Amino acid sequence: MDIFLQQIINGLVQGSIYALVALGYTMVYGIMGLINFAHGEVVMIGTLVTITVAGSLIKAGMPVAVAGLAGLMAAVLVCMALGWALERVAYRPLRNAPRLTPLITAIGMSIVLQNLAMMIWGRNYMTFPSLLPKMDFEFAGANFTLIQIIIVLVSAATMGGLLLLVYRTKLGMAMRATAQNPAVASLMGVNINRVIAAAFVIGSALGAVAGVMVGTYYEIAHYQMGFMLGLKAFTAAVLGGIGNLAGAMLGGILLGIIEALGAGYIGDLTGGFLGSHYQDIFAFVVLIVVLMFKPSGLFGEKTGDRA
Amino acid sequence: MQAKLTVVALSVAAAFALSACGQKEEPKPVAAPVPAAKPELVVKLGHVAPMTGPQAHLGKDNENGAVLAIEELNAKGMEIGGAKVKFELVAEDDAADPKQGAIVAQKLVDAKVNGVIGHLNSGTTIPASKLYADAGIPQISGSATNPKYTQQGFATAFRVMANDVQQGKSLGEFAVKQGVKTVAIVDDRTAYGQGLADEFRKAAEASGIKVVASEYTTDKATDFKAILTKIKSTKAELVFFGGMDAQGGPMAKQMKELGIKAKFLGGDGVCTPEFMKLGGPATEGQFCSLPGMPLEKLAKGPEFKDKFTKKFNAEIQLYAPYVYDAVMVMADAMKRADSVESAKFLPAVGKTKYDGVTAMIEFDAQGDLKGGAISIYKYTGGKLEYVETLGGGTMDAVKAEIKADVKEAVADVKDAAKAVAGAATAVGKEAVGDVKDAAKAATEAGKDAVKAGAEAVKSAADATKAAVEKK
Repeated sequence: MDIFLQQIINGLVQGSIYALVALGYTMVYGIMGLINFAHGEVVMIGTLVTITVAGSLIKAGMPVAVAGLAGLMAAVLVCMALGWALERVAYRPLRNAPRLTPLITAIGMSIVLQNLAMMIWGRNYMTFPSLLPKMDFEFAGANFTLIQIIIVLVSAATMGGLLLLVYRTKLGMAMRATAQNPAVASLMGVNINRVIAAAFVIGSALGAVAGVMVGTYYEIAHYQMGFMLGLKAFTAAVLGGIGNLAGAMLGGILLGIIEALGAGYIGDLTGGFLGSHYQDIFAFVVLIVVLMFKPSGLFGEKTGDRA
Repeated sequence: MQAKLTVVALSVAAAFALSACGQKEEPKPVAAPVPAAKPELVVKLGHVAPMTGPQAHLGKDNENGAVLAIEELNAKGMEIGGAKVKFELVAEDDAADPKQGAIVAQKLVDAKVNGVIGHLNSGTTIPASKLYADAGIPQISGSATNPKYTQQGFATAFRVMANDVQQGKSLGEFAVKQGVKTVAIVDDRTAYGQGLADEFRKAAEASGIKVVASEYTTDKATDFKAILTKIKSTKAELVFFGGMDAQGGPMAKQMKELGIKAKFLGGDGVCTPEFMKLGGPATEGQFCSLPGMPLEKLAKGPEFKDKFTKKFNAEIQLYAPYVYDAVMVMADAMKRADSVESAKFLPAVGKTKYDGVTAMIEFDAQGDLKGGAISIYKYTGGKLEYVETLGGGTMDAVKAEIKADVKEAVADVKDAAKAVAGAATAVGKEAVGDVKDAAKAATEAGKDAVKAGAEAVKSAADATKAAVEKK
């Protein structure tokens, strides 16, 4: 039984990371109906910027906590600028184009960013500086660490903050209005360009936070790390109902837990016929089944109200 | 509408996955100025390794090894068939992807390269080797260790490294020596990882070790907690990993986080500085194996290390010296055959007897390295500490080679003085060249630092000794 609990913890943490990234996808989709495939790369850039900034500050003799915070701030700022630039360069000129066109530029931007990161940071794996003290806990035979707890808390807090932003602020109201009907919203005095840019900037800031979390957790980074992460997070967002913030969170956690349990038990369930490297099929089988019976995802029913 | 969009998005995501694998670098031909007094013959050597993706750091390391060898060859100036030869590197990227590997192999065949160095991964080398075999292009890999590569019966397939049958066996022996009774085996489902894990499994089971868990991951994964949790429940004493450093490092770290007390053991793929960097303190005191002998223990090892770090300002990751040797073996075969045409110098590759950086290189009928040794290393304080060499018996093989060389030299060359001058046999030429190089290196290094100079002098002395023994 202790394996089961440990697998749930593994899945919960992995899922919280997916959720944190998925929030960025869903935020943009909720407002524009556009899937920003470059979001995974924004996460990657966030991680790499933190390595550069925090790493060099630690080398210069600064306390780890200060360096880590500075790294996080730098990552958030860089990613916000990047998000703004992405929207300006790749998406705004295509706002009235057919829906597939911005999808293609999104993929293009993703490849550009990957190669740019490869040119700046090189091909090697980079070690992420240890920003948090290594603390291990044990509960009923399951082990977990401080960073795992922080990841779960940060993604829950981020989702809460986003919900507040969307439902309790003026900007949030403008976002919801834009999501419902951009033309009408702009007639009512909402500056659509500003709202959409804000969505990108906020989404990218979340991406930076996610990047720092991923980096602190695995302590490695690489210029292609954003690709698979982005794909999984996108799956999580679709699973939960893309455009729905709570859905992204739940979809992420669900995906993480399904993966962990899948990897843990698939070998026993199939008598060794399928090994643990097939863990991904569980996630995708669940995704396909959900989409068959509930095409808008688990929580995607409130189409008029997404943001 | 939403459902439709989702489907579109998913299919685009899939297309994206494919396109990401398809990125490649522009080939970088390496040119060196050559005096144009004689007719110049351009020899194109293909080199393939992953330049993008999770193993890009190892790919770059391989390419650096090849670049170094080719620059040296061009600087030395070689004459084949009366023409001055200029070697050119045609570098391709296979992203460690078997499909991509076959595509770039076809590209090299179409470009009519004279020989191919590579690929890095067994998974890409095996499918590519068929294309080279069909085109009759000799292929020497410096790092593909899966036994299947040379077992397909292709006359063109060679490797300058011990294969995984030898490595798996040695690792199995080592695990027994460590007093391990139960083992969990993880592999990354690549031709290399799976092959090595299978050979280890055979060797371990034959010596009475119980395999309590077999788990799998991929060569792109970063999270191993799910499979490690399962392994933890089996209470295995040792976790064996068949795969590369980019997965092994984080895996060792996550083992520690989960409170797994088992030891970690892996093959050449994790025997890198990168592994320790990625695994951190969790790698301390664990073991891994590498085909061949440690560079420091080889006559030309320290000299090669010096050259490499000076030129690229980077540490040797893993296979660079093997790739360097592979290029040299190819050039040596061309020289002996006095031809750069694939069909003509291919038989000469099989008859190679080349004193390389990594070993005395000689191939068996299949194209495998003869008498390949396996060395075990321990990760200590961020460095790989040499423990012991198992199997193969390279040193014995080298001694035997030297004896054979002496016999040949006596038979072939009647004039002993001529033999000493090194004009008689290719072997002699090489040896003298090496002595010269080593002496030159010694002088240069001596200027920089007394300590480095002393080392180089030692290596020069070793090289001289070896050369004398051969004569």
